[in-house]
Amino acid sequence: MSDDLRELYQEVILEHGKNPRNFHADDDATNEARGNNPLCGDQLVIYLKLDGDRRVADVSFLGKGCAICMASASMMTELLKGRSQAEAEALFEAFHDMCTGEENGHELPDDVEKLRVLSGVREFPTRVKCATLPWHTMVAALKGDDEISTE
Amino acid sequence: MTSPTTAQAGTPAYDIDAIRADFPILGRTMHDKPLTFLDSAASAQKPRQVIDAISSTYETEYANVHRGLYQISEAVTARYEGTRETIRQYINAAHNHEIIFTRNATESINLVAYTFGRKFLEAGDEVVITELEHHSNIVPWQMLRDEKGIVLKVAPVSDDGELIMSAFEDLLGPKTKLVAVAHMSNVMGTILPVEDIIRRAHAVGAKVLLDGCQSVTHIPVDMQALGCDFYVFSGHKLYGPSGIGVLYGREELLDAMPPFMGGGDMISSVTFEKSTWAKLPHKFEAGTPAIVQAIGLGAAIDYVNAIGLDAIGVHEADLLNYATQKLSSVDGLRIIGTAPKKASVISFTLDFAHPHDVATIIDRAGVAVRAGHHCAQPLMERMDVPATVRASIGLYNNRSDIDALVAALGEVQELFG
Repeated sequence: MSDDLRELYQEVILEHGKNPRNFHADDDATNEARGNNPLCGDQLVIYLKLDGDRRVADVSFLGKGCAICMASASMMTELLKGRSQAEAEALFEAFHDMCTGEENGHELPDDVEKLRVLSGVREFPTRVKCATLPWHTMVAALKGDDEISTE
Repeated sequence: MTSPTTAQAGTPAYDIDAIRADFPILGRTMHDKPLTFLDSAASAQKPRQVIDAISSTYETEYANVHRGLYQISEAVTARYEGTRETIRQYINAAHNHEIIFTRNATESINLVAYTFGRKFLEAGDEVVITELEHHSNIVPWQMLRDEKGIVLKVAPVSDDGELIMSAFEDLLGPKTKLVAVAHMSNVMGTILPVEDIIRRAHAVGAKVLLDGCQSVTHIPVDMQALGCDFYVFSGHKLYGPSGIGVLYGREELLDAMPPFMGGGDMISSVTFEKSTWAKLPHKFEAGTPAIVQAIGLGAAIDYVNAIGLDAIGVHEADLLNYATQKLSSVDGLRIIGTAPKKASVISFTLDFAHPHDVATIIDRAGVAVRAGHHCAQPLMERMDVPATVRASIGLYNNRSDIDALVAALGEVQELFG
């Protein structure tokens, strides 16, 4: 098996893919959005509970997708709690740049270093959207949009 | 040109190694592994004969068609129009002016929806499709529904992926104006009982459109014997180039339909007050057509004819059986679509890995398959799967391709199992 496959499908990704964290609906969500990847049919819903300061009090998701998408969503929900809207959006920018390999000056903060296990998607251009779909959907939810679609 | 042999019981349908040598791309590698191409249902590879027909036309005989008063324009027009006759024979249409060139099957269906649909269908009229249609045979009718208030009815398929004929028949009635169905499922390979479908549709006075995208490469069709009203297919799945498709329509229907697009080549005369339309087939072919693509499609059909669709059918049926057996032995693999009458397409899911992950992993082993919803999202919902892996067989595939697929699935198991 090739090294870039091993790099993409690291143990932690496979584990999150099989046992996603915060994998449930949230009837009390203040913001929620549905994300679609029309290329593969992957769909998920992100549920956010924002407090009065627009800080993420709780976050969860439901959906069907590949291991990359599920792991990305699962890890994202673990890292978002307690962050402000601005921090969450900045995290999205940094994560997006990591996945696409773009250099826009957005660095992942040290406390979310674990997201680097998903950087292997860079070698798989058709799979970048699998990793970024949950994040795009989360940002849509923050902004009050109820649906996004990756093209 | 290879010289194909006639199929005999117990012997190979044709010399597969000689056939494979006709397809230059099969000699390349993917990720340093021999290319195992199992995605012909999406688009087939091209034999040297087609590639040469295209490049030799550009190199020696290219000009616009239908208007040049010089030798090479007349010569390329003859080859372009000659393709129409090649296609007429291939599907046994009554007249070659019943063969309309389009960009692809999607455009062919839209042409029918836009012209036949708008002129002859009224609010309340019914169009019947099935659950296994490709999006291209769903969306044009939804657009017509939203515009004209027609009613779209959907005939269900069984758990095996077969059309449930009794339910289909129940949908037919005096308001049914058109039945538009796939001849063969692009996801499951199911071959629909089109003779029966046409007979029952005609019995209530409905016209029938067959989506032949998949069937045209595997199954001999005979427009006159079938009696279907419209038949559509794309060139690129039939070993020809992309950018060329076909609409077959019965003469009396095409004559009664208004033009699709206006422009050059489709007119008889033009004044600022009024224009009159050219005769068939040109009425539906506005503008400079896909000249060389059409010639390439003609070369592709010549190639298929030289092997013979019957021999191809024998070869592909043997491979489909082999693939079905081999894949069935993979732990956790479920085949989606197990109709007794099917051809050349196997969709499956693995209970330990998502189709997208499967496709990415086996790509690194040189195996090209399609993973996703295959432009048939309603069918995915019906079969209760988010997506499938689809391996599809062309005339150039062999048992080694199937073995490579099964071996590559072992790598998926190694990671995910």
